[in-house]
Amino acid sequence: MSTGARVAVVGAGPAGAFAADRLLRARGDVEIDLFERLPTPWGLLRAGVAPDHQEIKRLDESFDRQTLERGCRLFGNVEVGVDISHEELMDHYTAVVYATGAQTDKSLGIAGEELPGSWPATEFVAWYNGHPDYRDLEFDLSARRAVVIGNGNVAADVTRMLTLDPDELARTDVADHALEALRASQIEEVVVLGRRGPAQAAFTSAELRELGQLGGVELRVSPEDAALDPLSERWLAERGTFTARTNVALLREFAERDPQTESPRRIVLRFLRSPVEIRGDERVEAIDIRRNEIVQTDDGSLRPKGLDEDVETIECGLVLRSVGYRAVPLPGVPFDERSFILPNDRGRVLASDGEPLPGVYAVGWIKRGPTGILGTNKRDAEETARCLAEDLESGALRAPEDLGREGIDALLAERKPDLVTVEGWRAIDALELRRGEEQERPRVKLGSREELLAAARPAG
Amino acid sequence: MTYVITGSCIKDDSCVEACPVDCIHPKPGAPDFETAEQLYIDPDMCIDCDACVEACPVDAVFADFELPEKFGYALDLNGEFFAEKSTAERTRTSA
Repeated sequence: MSTGARVAVVGAGPAGAFAADRLLRARGDVEIDLFERLPTPWGLLRAGVAPDHQEIKRLDESFDRQTLERGCRLFGNVEVGVDISHEELMDHYTAVVYATGAQTDKSLGIAGEELPGSWPATEFVAWYNGHPDYRDLEFDLSARRAVVIGNGNVAADVTRMLTLDPDELARTDVADHALEALRASQIEEVVVLGRRGPAQAAFTSAELRELGQLGGVELRVSPEDAALDPLSERWLAERGTFTARTNVALLREFAERDPQTESPRRIVLRFLRSPVEIRGDERVEAIDIRRNEIVQTDDGSLRPKGLDEDVETIECGLVLRSVGYRAVPLPGVPFDERSFILPNDRGRVLASDGEPLPGVYAVGWIKRGPTGILGTNKRDAEETARCLAEDLESGALRAPEDLGREGIDALLAERKPDLVTVEGWRAIDALELRRGEEQERPRVKLGSREELLAAARPAG
Repeated sequence: MTYVITGSCIKDDSCVEACPVDCIHPKPGAPDFETAEQLYIDPDMCIDCDACVEACPVDAVFADFELPEKFGYALDLNGEFFAEKSTAERTRTSA
């Protein structure tokens, strides 16, 4: 029998799914409802992971098995803070776990950043992955050259998407509107800028290696760019991670490659280069960059420092900025404005006096900041679930005013007649998979909120 | 032979839990776990039991003779990860 502990998980992305799974393992008797602002679950697994990494997207089967198939309910197309408030959730649940991620991009803070043709890379990602809120964006792919700013895995993803053979892409679940636009793309060269050196590049070696393995794409790294400064050389030998050593070795190997001038497309990796200004009259026409050197700061860490030299101008028609994510505050919940997370102790959200706010928890990027990879959320969720289970055990959590399911069900039925439940999601999933099968693709995504909601509606 | 983990690894540690001989590293809690981009199988310790393949939710693990071409590098990479480690480190069961 249920002990009556009911938990709302806000955000059905990887962190929310792992949290529900870990909580069910810790306490098999809790009832969990997953709130999701989109009509579809699994967050960045669906809308972030690149379409040419289909094997990773298969994690959705595990998430389904560990949550929905074990009785977690899904409340999709419901935005907490808009359709229902934090206080209302607290009235209906023993605990609320925020797994809302980091939804906006960090800015560069340079002139021209807002020019048409300069985009946060994450909007490009959401667009090619069929996120319904981004389908109408129009990326101008008519110029010969694009510049990607940043050296992390999102930068690697968008670089691949701009250079991959469209026929290869057509075998994935890439959004149809994006496939069409990418087929017509005139982009021949993508320049990727890292403000630090090869030893500090944030790519995983797997993503970096992949850039050098794309069919019909030349990867160009000059010997000058692949070379290490003495400080980085020492750091790598003494304290470098396995990934950093692998990356440096890969880049040296790339720098020794013979030019492949017959390749239709090209990726150029530049290191120790920072953007200074994005220029253009009506839209992006060029970007000015400046060379950096690596210096050691007082705390021993290595930092890039701008050199007092002439800027270099790179002509381009598209700039994708990928320098990190940032979370936004949630109405009615404390927010740490400096770290851009919910202030928390191992997942227990803290009030302004530093004491835990009873019944409020955080997991994933909104808890620790936008770091780590998918599996990192599993340990993170384990920690939050353990705290929540302990608090249930110790009696630290009060029962909500309205303990049954009926209250929340009635409230949502009144406010969100087009709520997407597990059954609705199953209908969407089945339709997308069927369409995929027809086209010999893993899935064909429904592009708009209207289509998704129509597919979710019970027939009849 | 040995099994090999490829770059599709998401550092879900299901394989670590499944491995009967503790040959998959770094383990959660080990000093190099957080900075590792993936997990690796020690080719000298692997007993070819297939448990990690079954456990992996994203099909990132392959037998060496079935390694897809694009992951050909991964056999050496798994070995290199362990090459610098002592026997004690390789067999340690960390927290």
